[in-house]
Amino acid sequence: MTDFSHLSIHETITCLKRKDFSVSELIDFHVSSMENGRELNAFITETADIAREKAIDSDNRYLKGEENLLDGIPIGIKDMFCTKGIKTTASSKMLENFIPPYESTVTQNLWNDGAILLGKLNNDEFAMGSSNETSFYGEVKNPWKNSKGNFTVPGGSSGGSAASVAAGIGLASLGTDTGGSIRQPASFTGTVGLKPTYGRCSRWGIIAFASSLDQAGPITRNVKDSALILNSICSHDPKDSTSSYKEIPDFVNATDRSIKGMKIGIPKEYEADGISEDISSFIEKGKEWLIDSGAEIVDISLPHIKYALPCYYIIAPAEASSNLARYDGVKYTHRADAENIIEMYEETRAQGFGNEVKRRIMIGTYVLSSGYYDAYYLKAQKVRSMISQDFKEAFSKVDAIYGPSTPSTAFEIGDKNKDPLEMYLNDAFTVPVNLAGLPAVSVPVGLDKGNLPIGMQLIGNSFDEESILSIASCIEKSAKFDLTPEKWWING
Amino acid sequence: MTIDNKLVERIAKLSRISLTETEVNNLTSELGNIMDWIEQLSELDTEGINPVFSSFGEEDIKYRADEVNDGGYRDEVISNAPKSEDGFFLVPKVVD
Repeated sequence: MTDFSHLSIHETITCLKRKDFSVSELIDFHVSSMENGRELNAFITETADIAREKAIDSDNRYLKGEENLLDGIPIGIKDMFCTKGIKTTASSKMLENFIPPYESTVTQNLWNDGAILLGKLNNDEFAMGSSNETSFYGEVKNPWKNSKGNFTVPGGSSGGSAASVAAGIGLASLGTDTGGSIRQPASFTGTVGLKPTYGRCSRWGIIAFASSLDQAGPITRNVKDSALILNSICSHDPKDSTSSYKEIPDFVNATDRSIKGMKIGIPKEYEADGISEDISSFIEKGKEWLIDSGAEIVDISLPHIKYALPCYYIIAPAEASSNLARYDGVKYTHRADAENIIEMYEETRAQGFGNEVKRRIMIGTYVLSSGYYDAYYLKAQKVRSMISQDFKEAFSKVDAIYGPSTPSTAFEIGDKNKDPLEMYLNDAFTVPVNLAGLPAVSVPVGLDKGNLPIGMQLIGNSFDEESILSIASCIEKSAKFDLTPEKWWING
Repeated sequence: MTIDNKLVERIAKLSRISLTETEVNNLTSELGNIMDWIEQLSELDTEGINPVFSSFGEEDIKYRADEVNDGGYRDEVISNAPKSEDGFFLVPKVVD
């Protein structure tokens, strides 16, 4: 079988148009990659049969010259997106047998553009986690082993989405990002992860975690593919009142734009202690690349950024405790046997939720409870306002902000899942962006001493994905990161 | 505010999650650590700051006409229920 895994989405579409190979051949290749990659545990549900059927329709469209934007492109979808008639679990026992009777808007947008579903991807349970270790379906392995030869986590919560793309299974995936769940795993796996502005994409049909923070976005192998997927998924949706009416620009076009004269801010708080030396060195290298491309570096400060994490761990659990109240043993698949209804609720939720989800529901319930609401929840929303203000001031001086995506590279499986706080600290650089609703992208730039990918983050002003895509594209060209992990997961 | 077993049990009750004794003990220490860490927010003077509940401004929201434009999916809605009868969700007895 021909190996198509090195092709980008753009190259693949060019080949399909030239009839170098058919969609059916392409899909067969990715289905077999998916089957050979089961050791990674990236997929919860494989949809090979549906993919093969859709490939025939897509081939017909190419024959007639009626193909769409993403026709024939195999894409994996995080198991947080409802897919009509296809099991959607949120990686929770609670939704073990949930078959959505409807399709999420963003996935429907992909299918309307001709993309083909390859399967549903593993994630941290209800998207709560930073290592994909909280999934009811087991941990996902990062395709990148460390230099000791040990398994590492792919990050989370979109661990399966990042691992599959890094392993060359599918050409792109969708993830969700509430506090870094697209960018942190992208950074851990050497892939490009984009979180659009809050409101750029519809949240309808995405299993809700923290509704004021959740946003869908792509994980891809390069910046241009990321822009292409973004163009497909974003739309105003009458079913989500927080989806924007703003005009949708040509994001792909933005990736070819010069960054000459652009002002790029480096927050001094992002050069703080606690970042590995290898990662810090890319702050310096990045400055050189950007200056060489004609951009101007501006020192900025985001003084309240250090409060973003504790602020997030009030707001996100508060919204989660409310959103997850719907899992009561009545409407969705899992129910515990009990004599009375209260006991039924309590037992269903005790059995259906894992430890991290219980922990966050408990925190959320506590901070919203009578007597604590002002001290915690209201306080956090005020701090959120101060953090947003920090960004507003920064964006009055700069076009984008550059810094690390994560304080460290991928850690070993089992290394950080004993202490919840230690796990939370992983999201120090990604969380502030969600609180302010801004767009951001993580781009791979190199490997650290432990042979693991490093990702750097570009943060943009509200609804200015174009600037960060232009700059990310420039960083990508300068860094020339084109390494792929050794395919240890393929037997023999 | 220190988190003790009694408080954890009360939060669990409000959350409608039954916990084992081990879980209560673990959560008491975990939530205690998390809330201690969150406590650093009290360093910040937030007097006079307006809280922000969403980054999406209210001015960005357009109201649609208040009319029915969807519905009639009773069977689909019920289809994932663990127990149902005659198009209704079935729950344990709630009134004596």
